[in-house]
Order: sequence, then structure tokens, then C-alpha cells
Amino acid sequence: MALLEVDDLRTHFFTREGTVRAVDGISFAVEKGKTLGIVGESGCGKSVTALSIMGLIPKPPAKIVTGSVMYEGRDLTKLSEHELEDVRGREIAMIFQDPMTSLNPTLTIGTQITETIRRHYDVPQAQANKKAVELLEEVRIPRADERLKDYPHRFSGGMRQRVMIAIALSCDPKLLIADEPTTALDVTVQASVLDLLDDLRHEHDMAMIIITHDMGVVAEAADDILVMYAGQIVEHASTLDLFDNPEHPYTEALLGALPQLEGEGIRQGRLTAIPGRPPDLIDPPAACRFGPRCPYAGGDSCTEQMPELRELRKGHWVRSAHPASERVRSEVPA
Amino acid sequence: MTALLEVTNLVKRFPIRAGLLIERTVGEIAAVNDVTFEVETGETLGLVGESGSGKSTTGYCVLQLLKPTSGSVKFEGTELTDLGREQLRKMRREMQIVFQDPYSSLDPRMTVGDIVAEPLIVHGIGTRKDRGIRIRELLDVVGFNPSFTNRYPHEFSGGQRQRIGIARALALSPKLIVCDEPVSALDVSIQAQILNLLKDLQRDFGLTYLFIAHDLAVVRSMSDRIAVMNKGQLVEIGPAEQVYTNPQHDYTKALLSAVPIPDPRAMKERKAARRKLRHALAEG
Repeated sequence: MALLEVDDLRTHFFTREGTVRAVDGISFAVEKGKTLGIVGESGCGKSVTALSIMGLIPKPPAKIVTGSVMYEGRDLTKLSEHELEDVRGREIAMIFQDPMTSLNPTLTIGTQITETIRRHYDVPQAQANKKAVELLEEVRIPRADERLKDYPHRFSGGMRQRVMIAIALSCDPKLLIADEPTTALDVTVQASVLDLLDDLRHEHDMAMIIITHDMGVVAEAADDILVMYAGQIVEHASTLDLFDNPEHPYTEALLGALPQLEGEGIRQGRLTAIPGRPPDLIDPPAACRFGPRCPYAGGDSCTEQMPELRELRKGHWVRSAHPASERVRSEVPA
Repeated sequence: MTALLEVTNLVKRFPIRAGLLIERTVGEIAAVNDVTFEVETGETLGLVGESGSGKSTTGYCVLQLLKPTSGSVKFEGTELTDLGREQLRKMRREMQIVFQDPYSSLDPRMTVGDIVAEPLIVHGIGTRKDRGIRIRELLDVVGFNPSFTNRYPHEFSGGQRQRIGIARALALSPKLIVCDEPVSALDVSIQAQILNLLKDLQRDFGLTYLFIAHDLAVVRSMSDRIAVMNKGQLVEIGPAEQVYTNPQHDYTKALLSAVPIPDPRAMKERKAARRKLRHALAEG
């Protein structure tokens, strides 16, 4: 049985302008010890998905309209705030994009780590402190015992993200949700944080959901990948299959839009830009949401009905009437 | 052919101040430390580095938006660091900038038309009617619907705003444009549109770019030559192909090895290689 099973989750925001369908019917599972990557551009619903799992969406204006989030046999969407607090941190932990703002600047990092430990375990402060030092050592922060008394501003961005990871690990969660964990970091720091996460998830036998806009980050970190577009999953496959044989026109376009680090003729070449921009999620039409930007769109199947997420081959799901492997040669993009 | 831009031994130091009521200078930090490079007419020099490397400060010093502490910046043979305000203002017709953040670099109280017209007004170019025609031309060139000149920046997305910023930079038909992280606030699909636009404009108008960015793949796609900065110093400069395939400096190697690339098979090797390199650098 999967560790986490999300079924037909819909999180909508009820605003004065109308209902924003930020997450609109997504289903996926996370297996024990595996890493799932969720990739997509701003506003595709990837962060709202994470916050919905954790029960952290702002209510109001947001509301989980339908769907369930099953974690070890319990539906997290049905739990009370108090019951959720026992799950958060203890069972499922989360780290956020911005290590500058997710730590409290007025408390020492020792206080911030031990408060999580003592929220979930009945241990004396001295023992919690000892555990905190071990955690800081585990995330490779030098002179861990001295640094416990330091405030967050004494740490660099990469070191703060390590502190966040230490807090996340403090109760040995079975699932870690990392929402853009390295986006605010420099590339060399990003590499060391990703290596650290990789080591830790093996050592702790932890499952992970890594949310990012960066195709390179999921390519290196994830076992399976969900591609999200306009609140929906448009493609779901194993990492190798997704990069070897991308099926959805959006996934193909995203990969084509990425500048390459290695290769020939890079300077002379043009990137395949995707025309237009994602649809407004207030009352989107009941048609393919990528349709207006899709080079293969045409006929009523694209403009009149929403394509279902279907399993094209084992383990490879796609929501499109024109996946790459079904296209005939005459369908060349205009 | 002489270089359009020659930067020689450029140094920019910032004072470090301390004290609550009575501030005093307690030290200095060299944001840019003895940087020398040239940019030829029509080429793109990519300036790449991590945060705090001094790449943006270098760009600002080139345009004299920051006064260099020492060193020389020559544009078409004219020494810019000696020029007075009025002479500089004239020179700025030739050198423009596109900023990173299309949200804060456009005045929210000005219409799109006024934003693009502003450089023309400042430099006293054309009649009101001429400017109206020119604005529509410019917006059309950057792929922004010219019938939206009376709208305000907040009505547009990041990509559209960056097009407005580019139209403003083009207004005076400059020779050199400093692009300071022009796409780092944009999503990948929009980023590609803007990078393609910048390439088209370079080809059509013979522009010269100093292209500053932290994303190594973005810089590669835009640049003929690349300069790598670290801690205020230029550690390596050369043709793009050479710097990326055969980096000479350890920092360039570390930087390149750290980039995650969208290829899961290649990433396995890259991950092992970057760990090795990091250990080697930590010990050496």
C-alpha cells in the first residue's frame, strides 16, 4: 500500500472575482521510500497541492472541495486541526522555498529545533538539546553545539535551509515535502543541499515529494514525476520514461524551451518558446486547458471536451488528445 | 575592429558602516576587484556568477550608474569615468539597461506609452506626434500589442512587462544594452520568448549586449564569449564553447558541475562528479 494516496483532490479559492480552481482534480500516490517530483510553472497548483496535503491552506478563501488525502489509512482532509498537528512534523514534514523567512528571526535556532521535538515527544530540555546538536551535525553544520545559541541571521541562505531540514528531520518523518527547497539558493549551494537531501532520505528511509519549476532538479532527484498545468496533472510517468519519451505537448514544449548547457550551435539556435500564457483559473472552459497554446490542437476533441488522464502505457499517464506516440506524421506543428 | 566597450582594472568598493546614531565607516568591501574585459561591436559577452560575485555592480559601473572607485571604462574610445553629468547624459543614448524585475522597474503610475516615451522626452527627441508613432513601432518590434499604450503595467504579466522594459531600452536606438538578469523572474516558457526576442533584436539592430545572469544555461544560449566572476574577481574569460567544455579555473569547474541538467541518465554521473570536486575543493 502506498504511504500517501491523493484522490481527486480539488482545492478552490473563493474570491470576489470568482472561484479560482487552483487544484482541480488531481490523484497520485507516493510509495514508501520513493521520491515524487511535481514540476510546473508559477500558478499551476503545485504548491497548493502540498499545502492541501499538510492542511495548511488558508481557509477562507481556500477550501478543499472534493477529494481525499489518505495517509496510512487516515483521510487527512477529515482531521481536526488538533489531530493534524500530531501528523505535521511527526509523520509528514515540510520545508519551504525561502529559508530567510521560514525561520523565526527572534528565536535561536536551538529553540526552534527543540520546540518541534518537545511538541511531539515528552523529553526534558537537556535531552532535546542533545538531539538538536545531533541533527545539526547530521545536516553537516560545523561546530553544531556552539551554533545552537545563534540566531538565524548569523547563517547564510544555504545554512538556513540546512537548519530547516534539521527541524524537518527532528521527529523522523516518513514523508518530507520539499517545496522549491533550492530555488532561492546559488547553484553550488543548491547542489550541496540536493546531495544532502539525497543522503538523508536513504539514511532515514524517507519518502519525499519535491516540488520545483526546475526540470534539472527533478531529473536528478525524483523517481517519478508529475507535470502540472493549470491546476491539473497533464503527465505522470517514471523519471526516465518522462525524459526519454515525453508524451504531452506541454512537457515537450517545456523541455524544448530550456536553454541547453552542453551541445553545439547553442548560440545560433532559437529556443522553442510556448506562445501565449496559461489560462485564467476562474471559470476555465471545459476544454483542454493547454489547447490554446498547443501546436497540435484542432478538431472538437480539443476545444469541446476535457481530455481524461489516461494510461498510455504501463505507468505513463497523459492528459491529451495528441500525445507524441499517437501522432501521425502529418501532424506537424504549425 | 576596436572594441565598443573596454573595461580596464575596474574597482568598486563599498564602505561598511556601523553605529546606530553616528554612523562611521569601519571598513570596505571590494564588490568589484580589478576587472578587465572588452566587448566587441555586435557580440554578446555573458557575465556569469553567483549572488554577491559583483556581476551586477560591474554592469552598473559600466553604465556609470555607480561611480567606480578606480579603473577605466571606455565606450567607443571615450573615457566615461571622466565625463561630467551633461556629457554622460548624452552618452547614455548609446547605452541602455534592461532590469531583472519587470515588476519594480516600471513606474506603476505611468502608462505603457509614457514609460516607453520617457527616454525620448528626456533627450528631447521628436514632436509629440513623432513619439507616438515611434512608441507604437517599438512596442510592435518587441511583440507587445501597440493598442495597449494607454494601459498600466500592473495589467500585464511578467513576460509582457519585460517586453515594455525592452522597448524602453530600445527607444533611443542604443548601441550597447546591459541586460541585468532579464529573465530570472520569468517562467521557463516565457523566458524562452524573451531570450528569442533579445536574439532577434540583436540580429535586426546590430546590438551589443553585456548579458548578466546567474543561470549558466541561459548565459550560454545568449553569449559569444563568457566571463565568470567570483567574489568580485573575474576568474575566467573566453569563447563560450571553450569556457563550458574546457573550463580552466576550479571555480568555473565547480559552477558548471553543480548545474542540474534535464537528463536523468547524465545526472547520475554529474552527481558523483560534483561530490568529488566539492571534496577536492574543500581539502585543497
